[in-house]
Amino acid sequence: MAVTNNSAACAPAQANNLAHKHILETSNGLAVPMSKLPVVSIDLFRSTVLAACKSGARLTSLLSLPAESVQCHGETLLAVLADDKGGTLGLIGGELPASREYQSLTQEYTAAQAFERELYELHGIVPLDHPWCKPLRRHSDLERTSNSRDGRAAPEHPFYRIEGDGIHEVAVGPVHAGVIEPGHFRFQCFGETVLSLEIQLGYQHRGAEALLLSSTPARRLVVAETIAGETAIGHGLAHCIALEGLGGAEPSLYAETLRGVALGLERCANHIGDLGALCNDVGFLPGGSWFGRLRGEYLNLSLDLCGNRFGHGFLKVGGIRFGLSAAQRKDFLVRLAKAAKDVKSIAELTFDTPSIGARFERTGIVSRELAEELGLVGPAARASGCDRDVRRDHPCGLYRFAHIPVATIESGDVMARALVRWLETERSSRFMCEQIEQLQEDKLAVEVPSPRPSHLVVSLVEAWRGEVVHVAATDATGKLAVYKVTDPSLHNWFGLAMSLRGNQISDFPLCNKSFNLSYAGHDL
Amino acid sequence: MLNVLLNRLKQGHRTSGYPKHAITMPECYRGRPTVEASKCRAGCNACVLACPTSAVTKNPLKIDLGQCLFCGRCAEACQERAVSFTRDHRLSANTREALVVTGVEPTLTAPLPRKPRGLFRHSFKLRQVSAGGCNACEADLSVLQIVTFDMFRFGLSWVASPRHADAVVVTGPVTTNMAMALEETYKAVPAPKLVIAVGACAISGGPYKGAPDSRGIPTEKMPIDLFIPGCPPHPYTMLDGILRLLGRIK
Repeated sequence: MAVTNNSAACAPAQANNLAHKHILETSNGLAVPMSKLPVVSIDLFRSTVLAACKSGARLTSLLSLPAESVQCHGETLLAVLADDKGGTLGLIGGELPASREYQSLTQEYTAAQAFERELYELHGIVPLDHPWCKPLRRHSDLERTSNSRDGRAAPEHPFYRIEGDGIHEVAVGPVHAGVIEPGHFRFQCFGETVLSLEIQLGYQHRGAEALLLSSTPARRLVVAETIAGETAIGHGLAHCIALEGLGGAEPSLYAETLRGVALGLERCANHIGDLGALCNDVGFLPGGSWFGRLRGEYLNLSLDLCGNRFGHGFLKVGGIRFGLSAAQRKDFLVRLAKAAKDVKSIAELTFDTPSIGARFERTGIVSRELAEELGLVGPAARASGCDRDVRRDHPCGLYRFAHIPVATIESGDVMARALVRWLETERSSRFMCEQIEQLQEDKLAVEVPSPRPSHLVVSLVEAWRGEVVHVAATDATGKLAVYKVTDPSLHNWFGLAMSLRGNQISDFPLCNKSFNLSYAGHDL
Repeated sequence: MLNVLLNRLKQGHRTSGYPKHAITMPECYRGRPTVEASKCRAGCNACVLACPTSAVTKNPLKIDLGQCLFCGRCAEACQERAVSFTRDHRLSANTREALVVTGVEPTLTAPLPRKPRGLFRHSFKLRQVSAGGCNACEADLSVLQIVTFDMFRFGLSWVASPRHADAVVVTGPVTTNMAMALEETYKAVPAPKLVIAVGACAISGGPYKGAPDSRGIPTEKMPIDLFIPGCPPHPYTMLDGILRLLGRIK
């Protein structure tokens, strides 16, 4: 395939939400020269971003570009907007005033809340009149941590509290009862009913973004793969697409296809694991133990593909490290078919069981309006009727040639999130079989030139939890100067908190599993 | 109910015969590496350069399994096959030093001294603390509960309270924000108590070695009794390490 990542190939302005003179259009994985980035005053930036979001675009990333990376401008906010219908991404820069303050977007566009809290935490940029400008990860009650460039300790910011007769508070974590990652949950309850849940994360913050900038290329990829360990392919792929875009190279279709297969294996393994966990949480043990066993079948396919159950080490910038031999292809097809048959039989048994229906239905409802407002992504959004999937809306690699139907359900409850997982497992499983059958052997990887100087790229991958976004930019010498990672969990944690309102506290585990979000991916 | 029973029959018996029956790992699996320094070409540094975590060092050639991610990039880079990976899943060790591979012979985990071993041999309760782990180690630790591995048949189980635990199983590079919670959990476990470090991050920092908020396990306060390397270790590697420590596999 020819190299298409040419900056001149920027999509022409179409009649869509992003056609605006201050918005630079690009697409998934397509690098653009930094000099073309429109940088406007912060007020114009704000009104342009809000107008685009009101007309249907989504804010997929919001970050700060240091002054040295934006030519002729000072420190600049960069908004990455996604137009899902048009399949384009929009970039716009807003130059920060000397005071480093601006009127927050969150006041009018709720989905920006986490991004703005992060800007405040990392860079001390103040989004004025933000309704809850609490640092996302930095803890005020612990010692100063380094996720602040200026080394400031986090300001005091108490937990949200409701007071009154009969109101009580329940605190859980950071160390949880099971074998899971740490986080702190504060429930404000009236009897059994949860009035409000606040989720305090940050315990997993280890400095991944800083490492991505300072590491050698080989180490960068392993850091990307461990941003969220069960999303190794999702984050690893986003990293590869970003660097391939910056360098201007395109992997072979063979490599792209097997990347798609690896992403599918990751999706199936995790979705099935979640279905098992949901069954366990309502005491339906047959589902719990059999889904648990079947998850292993997909992990073992990953192991056979690349030597690691989670796909660590499979990817390479420019392609992949391991192919599938003819014998392996045959074996994969047989095993995928067998696993799909087993999943179907257990899923039917599970969803036909009345006690499952009684517990899953009408529990933890997130309405479509709320999902849109919070900017939810992935299966959690699709279970609330939001029809969005990066594989279809912003196709890159394999998905430009092969399509996978998007599964949406309207009810927004635990049942919907469980059913979306089952549907996606079935569709991914079929998709993987089709792709393996048509596989044409070719080069595993192509040589990727060093990143072009002063370029900017956005890569999006629909991982099993939803949209993974990596934004990377190089300085004038071609060195990575900016690297921003957004895990789907950043958007969806708020969805979990809202889903619990009005539900019983005993439904928390169930709601939590139905989202199954990443702590490490959020905390970075 | 009938459907459940019917499905149960179809599922059959799924628990592995391990450890009575040896297990064979698939061809692609990268287990214990072997190192043959005599094969090295003079002046060649390819394996060292290929390693993302500086686990491979030269003069003399050795691989530190505590830092190794088992990605196989060193073996890929070595044309002389001085470094290669076997399918041996037995990787755990009692000491940090024993994780350094300099030859081809494996060093296996030795059982605990008789005193605490007698207490733990048939009932060993584990409290897991994820301290910056990416959830890959956590996921493959949790999987020991499923029917395939069935940790319960050895008297092993995960417990919710540190008061009920015999050992703390640590994953992750220990972040600044988790340092206190980890120490508090360890303090709450009644003596005698063990510490098991699982995965490259917990042992050496792994990919996060030197990251701004990775601190490592404070070994002066909580000495580590078992090191289980990998990124993440295969569930059989974890089982092997724990069962050897308890003297249940010889």
